[in-house]
Order: sequence, then C-alpha cells, then structure tokens
Amino acid sequence: MKRIDHAEASSKFIKAKDHIDFHDKRLWDLRQKRDRESESLPEWQELRTLASQIKEHTLTHLADYLEEFERNAQRNGVTVHWARDAAEHNQTVFDLLHTRGAKTLVKAKSMLTEECEMREFLGPRGIEVIETDLGERIQQLDNEPPSHIVVPAVHKLRTDVAAVFARTLGTDPANSDVHYLAESQRQTTRPHFLAAGAGMIGANFAVAETGTVVVCTNEGNADLSINLPGLQLASIGIEKMIPRIEHLGVFIRMLSRNALGSPITQITSHFRAPRPGTEMHIILVDNGRSERLGMADFWYSLKCIRCGACMNTCPVYRRSGGLSYGATYSGPIGVIIDPTFNLRKYAALPFASTLNGSCSNVCPVRINIHEQIYKWRQVISERGQLPMVKKNGMKLAGRILASPRLYRAAIGAAGTGIEYLPNFMMYNRMNAWGKQREVPVTPPTTFRQWYLANRGKKGKKK
Amino acid sequence: MKVALFIPCYVDAFFPEVGVATLELLERLGLEVVYPLNQTCCAQPMANSGCHQEAAATEALFVRNFKGFDYIVTPSGSCTHHIRDHLTAIPQTPEVTAVRRNTFELVEFLHDILGVRAFPWAEFPHKVGLHIGCSTLRALNEAKMSEIAGMPFSKPHALLSAVKGIEFVTPARPDECCGFGGTFSVFEEPVSARMGYDKVHDHRNAGAEYIVSPDMSCVMHQKGCAERLGLPLKFIHIAQVLNGARA
Repeated sequence: MKRIDHAEASSKFIKAKDHIDFHDKRLWDLRQKRDRESESLPEWQELRTLASQIKEHTLTHLADYLEEFERNAQRNGVTVHWARDAAEHNQTVFDLLHTRGAKTLVKAKSMLTEECEMREFLGPRGIEVIETDLGERIQQLDNEPPSHIVVPAVHKLRTDVAAVFARTLGTDPANSDVHYLAESQRQTTRPHFLAAGAGMIGANFAVAETGTVVVCTNEGNADLSINLPGLQLASIGIEKMIPRIEHLGVFIRMLSRNALGSPITQITSHFRAPRPGTEMHIILVDNGRSERLGMADFWYSLKCIRCGACMNTCPVYRRSGGLSYGATYSGPIGVIIDPTFNLRKYAALPFASTLNGSCSNVCPVRINIHEQIYKWRQVISERGQLPMVKKNGMKLAGRILASPRLYRAAIGAAGTGIEYLPNFMMYNRMNAWGKQREVPVTPPTTFRQWYLANRGKKGKKK
Repeated sequence: MKVALFIPCYVDAFFPEVGVATLELLERLGLEVVYPLNQTCCAQPMANSGCHQEAAATEALFVRNFKGFDYIVTPSGSCTHHIRDHLTAIPQTPEVTAVRRNTFELVEFLHDILGVRAFPWAEFPHKVGLHIGCSTLRALNEAKMSEIAGMPFSKPHALLSAVKGIEFVTPARPDECCGFGGTFSVFEEPVSARMGYDKVHDHRNAGAEYIVSPDMSCVMHQKGCAERLGLPLKFIHIAQVLNGARA
C-alpha cells in the first residue's frame, strides 16, 4: 500500500496558478458567506451546542436508535439491510439490482458510496451507475473522485468542465458558458432517470422515531433518482441517526448556512415509504464506524454532518485541493477520519495542517478537529509511522534541547546556528526552507550572550 | 513579583533583538526580571510532530528552569500555547502545573496582568499591518476570530494603539494563517510557501510598510517569503515597537 504524499501532490496543484487562485478564492468566498449567515442567527453558538449534544447523545445510544429506526422503517414498508463493511454493502446493492434485472442505477450524491467504492464494484459486474448531482457527474465523467464533500468539482474551472463534457457528452469544446454546460448535463441525464431500473440516495439524516431518510439538495436530482425507478435504495452510514423529527430543525438551520452560506438547501426531502407498487430498501452501513466509536480520542468525529465548512476555512485545503489527500475524505475532517481506515497509508495527512484551529471553530457540531489532528500525530509517532527523517530529527532535537550545554554548542557561535539546532526546523527535506524563502541571517550574538554581556551572570544591569 | 523571562530557541538564535526589547520593556515597566541561564526550548517542535517521548526531557528542563516564579513571560504565542495547553509529556506534578499556569505571552501579560495602556516612549510613524499568529489568536484568545461572531477586540491592537504615529492598514484576510506551522514549514513546503506568499501580498496590497507581530516564528517565515519575492515589506516584533523602536 503506497503512502499518500500530500506535500508532493499539493506541489502539483499549486503549479496550476489559475486553478489554485480560483480554488482558494471560491472556497474563501463560501467561508465568508457562512460567516454572514451564521452571524445572522444570534443563537448560533447555542445551536452548535445543541447539535453537538444531540449527536453525542445519539452516538452514545446508537444501538438503540438504530433498532428503533429499523423497526419504524419496516413498519413503513421498507426493507432494512445491515452491512458490516464496504464489501457487504456493495454485495447487497448488487444482489438487489441483479435479482431484479436492473442494469442502470441513477444515484444522488453520497460520500458513503465513494467510501465503499461502489461504482468500481458494480461497473465490472454489468451495472452502469449514473451520478446525477452535477458536480459528481463532472467528476465521474472525468474519472476522478470528488475533491470536496459538498462541491465535488470545485477544483475545476468551467473551461475544464467544458473539456470534460466535450469529450464525454459531445458538447462544444469552445463553449464554457455555465448555463450551457449545466443544461447539457441536465439534458443528457434526464433520459437515465426515466430508463433506470433502480435509483439510490444517500442520507443527510436518518430519523429513528419515524424511520425517515432526510436528504438536502439543491438540484432536485435526489428526488428524481428515487421517485422515478421502481427499485429505490438508500445507503446510510450508521452515524447519520438522530432520535426525533424535532431534532431535525437544529441541523437543518445550520447545514446549508454553514456549508454554502445559504439559509437552507433548495430542497429538503423526507423519504419514508416506497411508492405503491414499488420497493424501497435501506442499507445501514458500519464500515469502521463502530470501531471509531470505541476510540476515546476520536469518536467525536462521528458527529460530523458533512457540511464541508472545515474544508472551506482550511488554508491548507484551499491551497492543496481535495485530491491531494488521496482519500475519500479530505481537508480537516478527512485527516482525522482517514487514518481510521488505514493508518500507514494516511500517516502524512494529520501533518497537512498548521494547527491553526479555525476548523474547530466553524464546525456546527463542535468537533475538536484540530485537537484530534494533534492527537493523531502522537498515535502516528507511537506506532512507528513517522518518516525516518522526521523521527530521527526529532530524537536529535529532543536530545539537544534537553541539554543546555548541547543547545549552546549548537547555536552558540555566529555562523554555525543554522547548521545544528534549527536543522530540524529549516534544513530538512532537501533544504525545503530555502526553496522559496530566504533563510534568516544568523546574528553576531545569541540573546543569551547579549544578556551575559549586558546584565551579567547575576542578572544585574551593567 | 518574581518574573522570569523565557526567550524561545529561535528568538535566542535568530532574533536576539526581540529578546532584548522584551527584557528592556519589562524593566522599563519597573519589573525585576530574571533570565534563567540554562533555558533552551519549550519542546513544542517535538510535541507538535507527535513525538511526546522525545519532548519529555526538554519539558522537564523547562520546568526545572522556571519553577518558583510568579510569572514566566515570553514573546511567543505558540510557545505559551504549548506550555499552557500541551506540556503533558511529563508527569503533572504541582510544580509542573504551576509553571504551566504561570506562563504568559508578552501581550497578554502587559494587557491583562499589568494592565499597561500607555507607552509614552514609543513612536512608530509607519503604516502597519498587524499579524497575530494562530496560537495567539485562537489558543490564547487575544483577538476576535473572523469565524466567530461577536464584538471586535484585539489585545495587540489595543497596546499598539498607544504608540504615537502608528497607522494601521487592514489586509483582506486579517486572520488567515500565514503557513509557518512549525515543522509544517519544511514538511509541507509547497503549501507553506504559497500561504506565506499570499499573506505578505495581502499585507503589501493593503499598503503596509511594516508587519508587526507578537509571533516571531510567523515573522521569520513571512520575512523569508517577502525577501524572496522582493517585496518592500519590513518586519518587527511588537515588543520592539512597544519598547520604542522607531524603525
């Protein structure tokens, strides 16, 4: 398993100047809209606390709420399946489609199916999956995973989309007008809705007391995906539970405000029962969530409602792009979730952060994201997953800095400073500091030397 | 009042003038300040890299050097953050917790503990962009954060406002991280440098001649970026300005 090299990948992203400029500005714009919208609600901080408490309560009583949800969904005429992991989920979906002869699956946005690599599983088994969310469709047609959990193709310029659509949908490559492009996607996706044997949605929330699946969208594609075909599927991560319908208001008031800076999504759909004469199946997926729930330092990440605000605010994410994380989840929430899937592969990700802390402040459910990033670094170090150059550098630094004598020898004389102590800070990774920055000039004396000369050993002014 | 001065390793090695200004300023305010001679570092570089075990001996040395003081004052927000919130690689004896509790970043010490609001000796006739490092901003809570609603406040700004002739400019993203991030600056060099470039451009576009900051590590990074870009920006620590530096 190849380790993800976030620094290397981000360097490629940064070289495309138009792209990074746009990406950074677009996401910062979302952050600012989010600031304005959240400031319009004087009770914003109280809502965050409530949302956090509801999620914390639900997660600490998860088994009960899952069973309540199952009972109510069954009462509504829905068949409920349980999937331990991605493989079980994908097999369940395949069996449902296969036994009913469905060859095409239209689907709405779902990070869970990305996590399960469902398209990659179904494709070779003869099932065509059509992403119907505009951003997801762009990414599917370009053979790339989503780079952002809310705006999946945000790293692309409209000229990139024009090129992808020209290649795959036969549009005019010279026309990058957004209306033209969106209309082209709409016209080419519509027939799939009508012809598909099955439709699939994800879930923003699953309400235990009613068995309802709640989906928040801006395009209406989730409604078309599930309201047209005869076989309706919903894949839901088990952490999406909330106890009662009255709790939904807390989250709905925050979700779109925090994600996009709009008061609410265009459409908030409640799916409860199959239409007459059709079937509806819900697949409740664990895929590592129970294990995460058992991690004392990291279970809080399960409160996430996937608003993406931590990505929009993250200065590192904005300048490296979601694909540079090489994982389903990117940005601050990604770097605390991805290591639970594969510590070795994703060991670099918790270091793709300056620990500035703005992610935790924008989180609508008060996940202590930057503190978890800090904690993950300890786990990675303790489990021997730090790069040798860093581990050895830290061992050396730890020895020098623990000894006044070695420390003074390292920085004591003018001109030798940068060769020893600040080595770990400056001159690692092939002189990384000096590539794009000037190195600080070593002054003639250290502060300590000045102090001894000017205040004397007893600390008196000379 | 027994006050100790902690000069972080990178200030000791690269920016002794910041240590001098901090010491002189505290002395001007009538304090007797002790500089424990065996001090090195707070252990933040190791701890932020996840290397707790490697941080332990340095943390223990820090506590040996600074135990018994009423206040430990340092011109660095991130070191204060480490000591206050993260110095946990060693057993938490009463001695350790007292050192952690008594450590203050210079601005909060002046603003909150001493309550100083006047610096009659200070004059800085320049256009200034203020850079507050992320630890100083979010962990020490020295100013309002742009992502949290509320009444604007800024302790560094409040102190600098007492300096004659100073003129503030406001960049488009005043509290965007500059990308230093400790070892992040070398292990994530491409993003770090890009963030630094964006930061110094933002200040320059706002018309800043100087970037003034309570955080010298951010400044070390930004200065390196500005010099490489050839931007006519100068950098100075807030202690130097408050101590009366004119340029």
